[in-house]
Formats: sequence, C-alpha cells, structure tokens
Amino acid sequence: MTSIFEADGKQTACTIIEVSPNIVTQVKTIETDGYNSLQLAVGDKKEKHATKAAINHYAKANTPAKKITKEFRNYSIEKSLGETISIDIFEEGDSVQIVGTTKGKGFQGVVKRHGFSGVGEASHGQHDRQRAPGSIGASSYPSRVFKGMRMAGRMGGDRVKMKGLKVVKIFAEKNYILVSGSVPGHNNSIVLIQK
Amino acid sequence: MQSAVQFVHEQLTAKKETPKFKAGDNVTVNYKIVEGGKERIQSFRGDVIKLQGSGATATFTVRKISDGIGVERLFPILSPNIDGVILNKRGKVRRAKLFYLRERSGKSARIKEKRVN
Repeated sequence: MTSIFEADGKQTACTIIEVSPNIVTQVKTIETDGYNSLQLAVGDKKEKHATKAAINHYAKANTPAKKITKEFRNYSIEKSLGETISIDIFEEGDSVQIVGTTKGKGFQGVVKRHGFSGVGEASHGQHDRQRAPGSIGASSYPSRVFKGMRMAGRMGGDRVKMKGLKVVKIFAEKNYILVSGSVPGHNNSIVLIQK
Repeated sequence: MQSAVQFVHEQLTAKKETPKFKAGDNVTVNYKIVEGGKERIQSFRGDVIKLQGSGATATFTVRKISDGIGVERLFPILSPNIDGVILNKRGKVRRAKLFYLRERSGKSARIKEKRVN
C-alpha cells in the first residue's frame, strides 16, 4: 500500500495491483459442456514444473502452462480461445469489487475475533477475566450450548470481497492499477477483480 | 528491480525541497489552509518530536506550548499543502522520538541547542 496526494492536498490510501493479461484458455458452451463459461489463465509456469496434460491443455491457446486458472460463468465480454483480457478494460474512476483471502491470524480469543469487550473490571476481586468470553448460555434449560455460539478459534484466511473500491489511477505500461483503500491478503497475494 | 510502490511514488508524488530536519529541531511549518474559498498560510512553530514512515506516507509531528497547553500537529512531509518548512534551531537530543517531552513542562521540557560550525 501507499498513498497519493490530490491537488487540494487530500491524501488517499491506495493499493497497487498488477493486472497481467489474462488469456482465454477454454471456451465452454451449452452444446459441448452444458453451460457457458470462459476459462482465464495467468502467470507462466516453467515447462519442467507442469504436467503433460496441463502443457497440452494450454497449448490449444498457444501459451505455456499457467499458474492460475479460473472459470467465469457470468461475463459480459465475448472472447474466443487464445485472446487476452488486459488492463484496458479498466478506466479511472471505475468502481470495482476485489476478492481475496485475508491474512491468517491463528487461534484468537473472542475479544480479537468477535469484538467482545471482555468480562468485568480489573479490580473488585476480578482475576484473570479481562479477555474472557463470559457466559455461553443458561443452565438446566436448554442444558446445551447453542450452535453458532461465538467462541475463540482460528481467525483469518477467509475469502472476503471488498465492494465499492475506486480505480484511482492506471499505469498501462507497467500493468499496474491503483485502487483506493485496502484489499484482503498479504503482500504479493493473488486477488480477483470484478467490475 | 524497482518495487511497485517506488514506481508509483516516483510517478505521482511531486518532488519537494525541504531542509533536512530531525527530532529535536525547532521548525516553522507554513501550511496552506482554505477558508471560504480563499487560501491563506498559517505558520506553526514548534519542536519536531517524531519523524515517521517513508516515501509518500512519511509524516512528522511538531509540538509547541500554546498558552500553557501542549499542542501537537502531524504533517505529511510531501503534502502539497505545506508551503515550506523553515529550520530555526538544531536540537541536541539523544532519541529519535521525543515523547518524554509530553510529561514535562517548563524548564525541563527545553531542548538544548546544537552548535553547528
């Protein structure tokens, strides 16, 4: 992330995303596959790291084997096999949605994971309770803990969609776009941009 | 290889000439403010207590005592609203962050001047 200044001095936090050209590696149609979809791939793989099946599949689109392949069912762009979808589909000022996997936080307590405020005060006989979850239910009735009770556990590493992010700037020669605000995931992680 | 952040920073952030200052220095920051459609310059004089960050996000904090009350203001170093920074005095300090000044007042909150030949 970085930030940019507008002419009036307003500072906007931005994330830089590299948009490499996506190659159409398979076109599925209702006649052949029962549904319509486009398979897009990005990121070259070395030939020694790819299986023969993968090399031959991508060879149909005249490209080396790819690292990331994803199929899209709802699309508005008509492309045929071997064509590319590149950064020029974006314009400055576009509103985009970005899907990514959040950073893993490990096993976290309820205060961090669910925003609980902890139990009680520090004094008046309280002891080791400041980040505790408190009661998790009543006693003899219902004699059980309800499903979905918020407790401590693994946090992060979830698929998250950020909506309404603005494309602030485009650097077509470097394939970079600048998006306002933050996006899910660590540095150099892979995200999906939906327009 | 040049990182993406550096590339964007070089493309979009205007270069600025500011005197090099450190924590402990006494500076005057001339800051542009827009009031009712008119622009005027407000100056803020005080001691730099913190330099933070790098690139486009770098900021510094200036602390002054105004009518007996401590006032701190944070400025982005590369902000286009900064008209200029004037270095008044160089301070002799042993730390990069001078947060201890917040608990002090009067004589003990002074910073010794560094004599530069």
